[in-house]
Amino acid sequence: MSVIKVLEPGLFTTVQDLGREGYGPLGVSPSGAADAVSLRIGNRLLGNAEGEAGLEMTLLGGTFAFPEGAVLALAGSDLGATLEGKPVEMWTPFEAKSKQVLRFGPTRSGARCYLCVRGGIEVQFFLDSASTHILSGLGGHKGRALKKGDVLTIGLANRNEQKITGKNACSTRGAGTVCKRRLSARTLKELQPRKVLRVTPGPQSGWFSEATKKIFYESTYRVAEESNRMGIRLQGGVIPALAGGEMISEGVSLGAVQVPEGGQPIILFVEQQTTGGYPKIANVISADFHSLGQLRPRDEIRFERVEWDTARTLLAKQEKLLASEELMREL
Amino acid sequence: METSRGEVARFQYSSDQSLLVYFNEQVEQKKTGGAKALPLQSRITLRANENVRRLLRLLELEPVPGVRNLHPAYCSLLVKFDAIRMRHEEVEGILRKYLERLKEVKLPEPRRVEIPVCYGAEFGPDLAEVCMLHGMTEARAIELHASVEYVVYFLGFVPGFAYLGELPEELVVPRLAAPRKRVPAGSVGIAGNQTGVYPFATPGGWRLLGCTPFKMFRADSNGLSLLSIGDRVRFTPISRERFATLESA
Repeated sequence: MSVIKVLEPGLFTTVQDLGREGYGPLGVSPSGAADAVSLRIGNRLLGNAEGEAGLEMTLLGGTFAFPEGAVLALAGSDLGATLEGKPVEMWTPFEAKSKQVLRFGPTRSGARCYLCVRGGIEVQFFLDSASTHILSGLGGHKGRALKKGDVLTIGLANRNEQKITGKNACSTRGAGTVCKRRLSARTLKELQPRKVLRVTPGPQSGWFSEATKKIFYESTYRVAEESNRMGIRLQGGVIPALAGGEMISEGVSLGAVQVPEGGQPIILFVEQQTTGGYPKIANVISADFHSLGQLRPRDEIRFERVEWDTARTLLAKQEKLLASEELMREL
Repeated sequence: METSRGEVARFQYSSDQSLLVYFNEQVEQKKTGGAKALPLQSRITLRANENVRRLLRLLELEPVPGVRNLHPAYCSLLVKFDAIRMRHEEVEGILRKYLERLKEVKLPEPRRVEIPVCYGAEFGPDLAEVCMLHGMTEARAIELHASVEYVVYFLGFVPGFAYLGELPEELVVPRLAAPRKRVPAGSVGIAGNQTGVYPFATPGGWRLLGCTPFKMFRADSNGLSLLSIGDRVRFTPISRERFATLESA
């Protein structure tokens, strides 16, 4: 059995996969990687099924040892990783030999970096997923963020195995063999996290006056310190409260931009509440969800209205890119 | 079109991968302070909620390929779907066929669940204020809260949080102006005409009347959530001693 030893956990590091979808009737939100695109690519680089569990590090990474060695890949934001003091390249597989130490520092770009390992990280599933749900203390590694001294098991095989064929398939050339491949520069550019978030109208969009919407779409908002995986809190152009009081709670979707009293919008994120009673002025499009996962406190963002068809087309384009042969380049 | 009105239900796009089905009992929102009247709002009614539960049941019995998640609420159901496979119009079309069959859906016989609650003092730090607001004794407030059989309208907010209604009118209070940063797990709160139990220590704005020693949501049990949508719930007042006994059990 191969393991990862947590020498230092970093600021906030959790086990995440692509989340648990389908438990809304229990009040359980999907959770899962905040930047699912990066996790998927990290796994693909290793020949894992794209939904294998990896470590999601936030703003400041940890320090890890691999007593039996491991094949790894880093995706997402650059936390200045070094292996035995030597810089490690992002977006390409590398091998950590027995007892080598992988160390991360503070972020140089974005908010979250994914440490993916060939075989994935094995934890007990909770409702079909390895994802940590912090608020309820369920899933992941003991339902919490990693602590110093934690030991994680590396999976033997791909549990979520999917047929991986074509050029992106990583032939199993035996443990320790590193695939000579990396993410293509074009893909990296296309998937660059955005600061102008594209949105479609929220279900209560019609409740807001044109003047109010103008404030929303023309303001630059700052990401507040209290932002987390439940919600990204914004500071900026105040949206006047709606007359008529509280609305009846209803189901809320991922990326919903809700306007509470006080008029500072909150974007509902992966560990979102499943229902809520604040009006939603807009909803971030699916193709920009991964950008949300890379927002740091004090980042400045804006919203840009797009048509429903544009949102669909952009998502289809992103999925096509993620499935394409040119996603990675063999070296 | 983003919205359309049917006989029973109204559809509204929620995001590029979800839509809301509202069961109406529509009421025009009253004009307030000269502001523009808000559009049609649904009112919480048992009938609308039964329709939510019927549609949820039907979608659970006959899942629609491509539908990925369902978020029921008082009088609406959020349907999340795979936007690569389906368009809003297709989902709406399928759901309209389901809606035509709602009458034939039999809701399961409701389970009756009793939840023991230790009211007041440190268990219910807002009981005294609620009593003051209504000019009633604590004994009367407890009696009122425990007098009603509540319906679980839906689970939402966090895992296992059941929205229960309706609260006796004499007890209705607005939520706290400033929500607490941390409400202890098991706390029983009220807000508007609803009541509920916090399954986890979370932030919360409901006024706390008491606390239950019961675990509302467990990862290790088969049922996961103590309460399910449609259940009937009664609260039973218990003593501090009984609370301690049940908590350690």
